[in-house]
Amino acid sequence: MEVNMLKKEDKIFKNLYNELGWEIESSLKRDDWKNTKDLISKGREWIINEIKTSELRGRGGAGFSTGLKWSFAPKEVGSRPHYLVINADESEPGTCKDRDILRFEPQKLIEGCLIAGYAVNAHTCYIYIRGEYFNEGKRLQEAINQAYEKKYLGKNACGSGWDFDIHIHYGAGAYICGEETALLESIEGNKGQPRLKPPFPALVGLYGCPTIVNNVETIAVVPTILRRGSKWFSSIGKPKNTGTKIFCISGNVNSPCNVEEEMGIPLKDLIEKHAGGVIGGWDNLQAVIPGGSSMPLLPKKICDSITMDFDSLIENKSGLGTAGIVIINKDQDIVECMARIARFYKHESCGQCTPCREGSGWMWRILDRVVKRKATYNDVELLADVTKQIEGHTICAFGEGSAWPVQGLLRHFRKEVESRCRDKPLVKKKLNNPYLVDQHLLENKNA
Amino acid sequence: MPKILINGKEIEFEKGMTVLQACELADVEIPRFCYHEKLSIAGNCRMCLVEMEKSPKPIASCAMPAAEGMNIKTNTAFVEKARKGVMEFLLANHPLDCPVCDQGGECDLQDQSLYYGVDKSRFVENKRDVKEKYMGPLIKTQMTRCIHCTRCVRFATEVAGVPEIGAIGRGENMEITTYLEKSMESELSANVIDLCPVGALTSKPYAFEARPWELKKTESIDVMDAVGSNIRVDTYNWEVKRILPRLNNEINEEWISDKTRYSCDGLLKQRLDVPYVKKENKLQKSSWDEAIAILVEKIQSIQPDEIAGHIGDMINMENALGFKKLFNIFKSKNLEFREKNYYINSEQKINYIFNSTISGIEDSDLILLIGSNPRHEATILNARIRKTFVQKKVPIFSIGDPGDLTYDYEIIGNKTDDIKKIVNNEHEFSKKLLAAKKPIIIIGESALELKSGKYIFETLKNFLLNNNLINENWNSLNILMQNASTVGLLDLKILKAETHNQFFSNLKNNKFKFLYLLGSDNLDFKKENEFVVYQGSHGDRGAEIADIILPSATYTEQNGLYENLEGRLQECKKASYPIGESLEDWKIFNKIIKKLSVQEKTSNFDQLRQEVLNIIPNFSNLNDLPKKEVIKKNEIKADFISEEILVRELDYYYTNSISRSSKTMSECRQIRQKTIKDGTNN
Amino acid sequence: MSIKKVHGEQPKEFKFSNENLKKVEEILKRYPDKNKKSAVMPLLYLAQRQNENWIPLAAMKYIANYLTMPYISVYEVATFYSMYNLAPVGKNFIQVCTTTPCLIRGADKIIKLCKEKISPNENEVSEKCNSSWIEVECLGACVSAPMIQINDDYFEDLDEKSTTEILDSLINDKPIKPGSYRGRKNTAPEKLVSINGGKHA
Ligand SMILES: Cc1cc2nc3c(=O)[nH]c(=O)nc-3n(C[C@H](O)[C@H](O)[C@H](O)COP(=O)(O)O)c2cc1C
Ligand code: SF4
Ligand code: FES
Repeated sequence: MEVNMLKKEDKIFKNLYNELGWEIESSLKRDDWKNTKDLISKGREWIINEIKTSELRGRGGAGFSTGLKWSFAPKEVGSRPHYLVINADESEPGTCKDRDILRFEPQKLIEGCLIAGYAVNAHTCYIYIRGEYFNEGKRLQEAINQAYEKKYLGKNACGSGWDFDIHIHYGAGAYICGEETALLESIEGNKGQPRLKPPFPALVGLYGCPTIVNNVETIAVVPTILRRGSKWFSSIGKPKNTGTKIFCISGNVNSPCNVEEEMGIPLKDLIEKHAGGVIGGWDNLQAVIPGGSSMPLLPKKICDSITMDFDSLIENKSGLGTAGIVIINKDQDIVECMARIARFYKHESCGQCTPCREGSGWMWRILDRVVKRKATYNDVELLADVTKQIEGHTICAFGEGSAWPVQGLLRHFRKEVESRCRDKPLVKKKLNNPYLVDQHLLENKNA
Repeated sequence: MPKILINGKEIEFEKGMTVLQACELADVEIPRFCYHEKLSIAGNCRMCLVEMEKSPKPIASCAMPAAEGMNIKTNTAFVEKARKGVMEFLLANHPLDCPVCDQGGECDLQDQSLYYGVDKSRFVENKRDVKEKYMGPLIKTQMTRCIHCTRCVRFATEVAGVPEIGAIGRGENMEITTYLEKSMESELSANVIDLCPVGALTSKPYAFEARPWELKKTESIDVMDAVGSNIRVDTYNWEVKRILPRLNNEINEEWISDKTRYSCDGLLKQRLDVPYVKKENKLQKSSWDEAIAILVEKIQSIQPDEIAGHIGDMINMENALGFKKLFNIFKSKNLEFREKNYYINSEQKINYIFNSTISGIEDSDLILLIGSNPRHEATILNARIRKTFVQKKVPIFSIGDPGDLTYDYEIIGNKTDDIKKIVNNEHEFSKKLLAAKKPIIIIGESALELKSGKYIFETLKNFLLNNNLINENWNSLNILMQNASTVGLLDLKILKAETHNQFFSNLKNNKFKFLYLLGSDNLDFKKENEFVVYQGSHGDRGAEIADIILPSATYTEQNGLYENLEGRLQECKKASYPIGESLEDWKIFNKIIKKLSVQEKTSNFDQLRQEVLNIIPNFSNLNDLPKKEVIKKNEIKADFISEEILVRELDYYYTNSISRSSKTMSECRQIRQKTIKDGTNN
Repeated sequence: MSIKKVHGEQPKEFKFSNENLKKVEEILKRYPDKNKKSAVMPLLYLAQRQNENWIPLAAMKYIANYLTMPYISVYEVATFYSMYNLAPVGKNFIQVCTTTPCLIRGADKIIKLCKEKISPNENEVSEKCNSSWIEVECLGACVSAPMIQINDDYFEDLDEKSTTEILDSLINDKPIKPGSYRGRKNTAPEKLVSINGGKHA
């Protein structure tokens, strides 16, 4: 049973479930803040190099090399200060890993912030937490206060000679603020609408200053990597897909959970060994969304053998994303599940670019008609076209995020979709589909 | 220069250009909705997608900086597919109500859907319905048609400087609105109508008046202020239906003020269409013959030095010259065109024009306003100051308090004493001024009106001369004139040195027996026994006190030359016909001359124009700035008087007889007064 | 009814309480002096908390003046983010996550219970228990689905029975305890206790 399970001592987040206590005293026992000063004293280049050789890839969704990103920050501080911004917006359906880090392993994040801040020349760090995580933010603030008391933050933080402050900024219910430039807009006091790139935040970011944006998990693993060595980290997982990763396993499994595992673990192992198996048994599996709602779903056939890492999933036309795994078994109406995701994207589009604003609602409306068996075969083709017309035509990756799940559905479950369609429209006249948000799928469920 | 490949053709471009601009250099048309040259880049409509080598996704050309060696393709199937896709989305929720839409015929969406639209809509869901928004008396909204390009939002924030329009909500529920649906507090607000690429924001006063293809379009210039904005006058038969801006980067760029645009309904109201004569203390309709006869009889009975004439704010140069000639025949020297007795040194042209030029404002590195409120006195010029402020953060200072100018400035004093200190290098501002390379000093009429007007002008001019801030390359001395006619009339030497300032005292003391008002409605004057002739277009203030009224044509009904505040000569074109029996002014003068039966010859319009062109000092070409002149250095001394510099409030929407007759202007004025009273302004 | 539309009845005035003014000072310290505008989101939250969980127009205006930003910008922000309520909500404000991970574990049943026990429609403040409910998008607790948020707290691992308990306690003004309702330690995997024939909820 234990064959490819991550060894206990290799787990980075030992208090993921708060069995040991989140307070700073307990976390010190878990080696947080151990020789931080020495790590910093090895210098920026060493830190960035270690992170590069560890092959750590961003845990926020895109999987971009973290060391490389840091190296984009200007080497010298010019007239404008540098900023470090931590993305704790965690709004991708299926994902809830950062929440556990915020509430149970806050010192890992805080220490990571100091090291990363030093590495990219930032004295100030903002942690952008989604507004709904009010309690998690309160907890993090307590942890920050504790770190200040121990002089790990503030002037000459942790004796490193580097001044460093951390502030929390709450979001207020907008998925799009997870997109890094929208997040910066939001901190600046604007609507969270993504910016045009170039320029990239590393050069022109928060308040027009060089800014590095990283996910909570990315930053929280940094101290351990430096402490145990990049070789240790890169020895776990697969080449280019290294280290450990927190997986969130939700949906139709017997015991949904968050679990830290080795990158590249087979999906089936994850589900069966950690999440108690699919409800109704493996054969009852219909599909899995492997990386948060934006990533195209995988049918059972692929799930049988797929391993959970960036590159394997890309090969299978999906992605690791945030590693939010949603298991959908055969008791579910797969079209309805995806229609609900389409509704999510319709609700969360920032409204800036035409394809996303107009297309996300359109996709949902077509899918909704499919669910209600009011769609025609032509609608399926149209739906495919709409996804293609959104994809790649927008300012930010939300466009892809909304189109891919639908494309995944059509790729693997086209028959399911078509089986609900008919030749001619059922009703010739316009459907009475009210336009506004206030219409909800659930209300019509038993209708 | 760096090079870029566009559809296989190599093009040189300037650093800082976008791919879209480079494509334009290559004569490749790129469809766009959100992009507008004069606004910041939003890149949100996604219509301008092009293919870039090595990029798997098409790129938004409006937002992508052009770079050496890029390989751009705009004519591939890939690009066409992308654009068609975007077009379909734009049309999905667009009502397609072109037959009842005022934008029809000049709608970007309509035009572009012809090229990129699919013939049949595949969108079968219900279309989005968006509530109309109230945006004041000028802008009619039909927000269902909005395609969310945010041009209007960017215009209000960036150009007009009144961040009052915004996009609220998000996603498909995003809506454009003003804060709680109030009218926009800007003199530039109606430009959003031109900017809106669809029919979401249309002109309220012009609603359903005409279709663009039915209109005759005349390129002309505006006379509501001294800026000389370039306009297009659209007429249906003889009626002026609307006025639109014409692009002129030197003057108004692409904008015009609301007054320029919407006073035109005043062209039809309160019009004088026949001559009137006062009989039994009542003005009664009359004939040209009778009116002229009475006038001439009166003239002949009065001493020449008791005859005075005043020329109004919108009189063109040919007519003014005709008037001057008429007064020569009357042998009167009492001619005036200033509305207040402000100081003017007409010896040299640089003494009364805006020497730094309007587009030159963008080069300046410091601006000082003295007794001037450019926002109301020259709205478009103020927009240029704001543009410079936004782009370069140019420091702006003022002596006197002009109120909200839509940008930040610092008041460094409000007395003539401050000017004295500046020129004596005793003011901390002196250092800043002398450190500046291209400062701009703007002196307003309010300052020149003061007793110390002469002191202010002459000492400042000397100061600037002595510090080499008036030189061949840069002239920082600027007078901001308020009336369209002023600079031209100064050039025509209407003011005679000998009688210079007597006009106002004589007028005040009722020394004149015969007062001839040529389109003059803003003269502050208590009538006693004067015999008043009013020649003009509107039944406004001048007509109220008249004994004889001679109806004449407005600026849209005749050709004529004007010099704007920069001394730039431009031609106003006849777009329509004088109403009723009214006549161009010079024709009326000829009637009088004939009746006087002196030997004097009458002159026709072409002669007058030729004479005008001969008189204008430093004239270069039509539409161009005047030639540079040699700057004479003769110091004129003036006594210092300690005085407060007040900026005279302008009743912005009511500055001339046409705007006062305009229903639209009076609505705007009422709303403005109400917001000031309620204190609901931002 | 929608809490994203400006409410019909508006208080005339709004001012931060002294206590909140102190908080504002603290908040402003977090951002560079030139970028006071950054404080608009935290200030809107403060206003919302001070005013029974919704933001009146007067507060937006007050905040705009406080931060010297245009009204329309504050208005844009307040309407963009879904957590700012522009109309009154119940003292117990129940947000039910119905996005797919919760949906497939039975969020529809929770909605049904809310309709039965609180009010038949979303965003309708029920007289009897001063509560209102709303359907929301993913709240970021997917492995504890289905779940709801009541004011600041998450209630996780729900089923019909536990939801009924919670709602009944609300109605009867009894205290309720946030966290997992299946008695597990946070997001840890459960040692398979009992699988009641399929869905947990
Ligand atoms: C629509 C959208 C939503 C996103 N949401 C999140 C999020 O909630 N949390 C996150 O960390 N990254 C999110 N991202 C990814 C960020 O833009 C960014 O890539 C990430 O924060 C970088 O951090 P990393 O390099 O550590 O992964 C999102 C991206 C997009 C396009
Ligand atoms: S893709 Fe959607 S979310 Fe992203 S900027 Fe465009 S409209 Fe906004
Ligand atoms: S013109 Fe480029 S995106 Fe609109």
